Amino acid sequence: MGEIVCTNVTKVWGVGTTREVAALENVSFSVRHGEFVVVIGPSGCGKSTLLMLLSGLEMPTGGTITYNGEPITGPDADRSLIFQQPSLFPWRSTIDNVAFGLQLRGVPRKERRQQAEKFLRQVGLREFANKHPHELSGGMQQRAAIARALCLGADVLLMDEPFAALDVQTRFHMQSFLLDIWLGSGKTVVFVTHHIDEAAYLADRVVIFTARPGRLLDSVDIDMPRPRNVISPDFERYRALFVERLRSEVTRAFQEQELAEMLDTRIK
Amino acid sequence: MAAALRVPSRASSLRFRWFVVEAGWWVLSVGIVIGIWEITAALGLINTIILPPPHKFVAEIRDQSQFLMPQPGVTAIPLHFAVFTAIGASLRRVLIGLLLGSLAAVLTGSLAFYLRLFRNLTFPTITMLAPIAPAAWIPLAILAFGMGDGAAIFVVFVGIYFTLTLATLNSMNNVDQVYVNTARVLGASRRQIMWHVIFPAILPNLFVVLRMNFFAAWMGVLAAEMVGVRTGLGAVVVMGRQMMNMNLTFLGMAIIGLVGYLLDVGLGVLQKRVLWWRSAARV
Repeated sequence: MGEIVCTNVTKVWGVGTTREVAALENVSFSVRHGEFVVVIGPSGCGKSTLLMLLSGLEMPTGGTITYNGEPITGPDADRSLIFQQPSLFPWRSTIDNVAFGLQLRGVPRKERRQQAEKFLRQVGLREFANKHPHELSGGMQQRAAIARALCLGADVLLMDEPFAALDVQTRFHMQSFLLDIWLGSGKTVVFVTHHIDEAAYLADRVVIFTARPGRLLDSVDIDMPRPRNVISPDFERYRALFVERLRSEVTRAFQEQELAEMLDTRIK
Repeated sequence: MAAALRVPSRASSLRFRWFVVEAGWWVLSVGIVIGIWEITAALGLINTIILPPPHKFVAEIRDQSQFLMPQPGVTAIPLHFAVFTAIGASLRRVLIGLLLGSLAAVLTGSLAFYLRLFRNLTFPTITMLAPIAPAAWIPLAILAFGMGDGAAIFVVFVGIYFTLTLATLNSMNNVDQVYVNTARVLGASRRQIMWHVIFPAILPNLFVVLRMNFFAAWMGVLAAEMVGVRTGLGAVVVMGRQMMNMNLTFLGMAIIGLVGYLLDVGLGVLQKRVLWWRSAARV
């Protein structure tokens, strides 16, 4: 359960238009069941595109992606995608946001609210059940979004820079929180970030992408017991490794981005 | 503890002060206009038959009651000119028109959102018809529906329908993709996305457009009542002119202004109470 295999995956945005952009090129890698994989790479390297493909929201233009041996044909509540931007529906209370997936499946109101409350308690938001998203802080909103994914029993959490918009302290708090949720849950996590410390702190394995079009540059197992000490020599070693691997790519991405801006070929 | 207790009372006293200051400006603003009007009338600078000063037409409500209230014994005056009947008639028309227009507009906009062919076929026409002022539809409305509720409701309908249809499609296209993707990831079908995401997301926006077009619709009804539909507040105003009873005309105008204002306030309250998430939603 929760195994993802990408084989020669290519994604080109805007096929057949003058704004064709290759986001991913020939990417092959796999995620084992229960593994915490962090994907890092310079901005615009197709990290978010990769998650769109893994979630099934978008289809690759080449190659195949399988989930538990089956090709991915569309979104599935088994693989939940958590976005960087707040994605709670502002017109629903927190508990109704968390219960939304169950509502879509036709679970009666009382039952789904009970279920949602259980997960709200797990993420420490029980007292905020009847508040609306704008009354929650950014970190709370992301916790509720995680509860929403857990509430549907997602085996895979696909996380697209979920803590990028948070301040440093909240961010650190959220990272520990995510590890608490994940440890022993058997869930698979694919977590995208451009933050090297975050990658080294969270991951079982870090997958490094090149600048656009995104290709697999390296895959590094992190051999450190949890909870990790972010000021230990080991941690420094991984950090230095990632910085070194990424430096040339970031420079390339930067140049390319400047060029792209001049040519106005950016898609977003 | 003490600080915590003080905060709410201070907030409410601040709100009360704000309310008093705001009300003061209202009184002053209206008072200046009325004051100038009264003074120029008292000095004989304006013709008080054409421009009766406020104290006069307000004081004469009693004398105008034959036109304004359904009274037994005043058989010469048709009952439906009575003011409450008149307010009721105008209100009914504008509300029915707004309701029908909004429903039709949301329906058309949704169809256009989902069916490209439908959008391509209808939207050029709708875009061309949208800038026509509601009042410009009155002649057609009276020919098509006769001199009754139908014509007035139609005028409100067209006044709101085209603009709101365009706004519906536009808002639907601008719903933040994150909301749609979130629903898709959670397993929502197209219909569920429409119902649970798109509609609630665009509702506050539609309400703003509705409110902005409300005055035009209100004016449309009154114009229709003046020109052809011989009942309602618009008809009262015209009747005053025809009988050279300007007190009645001004009384009618004052009521029109007051009712229109109160309706707008009502819509504003509704907007705040029911559609409060606009500020939070990135539509």
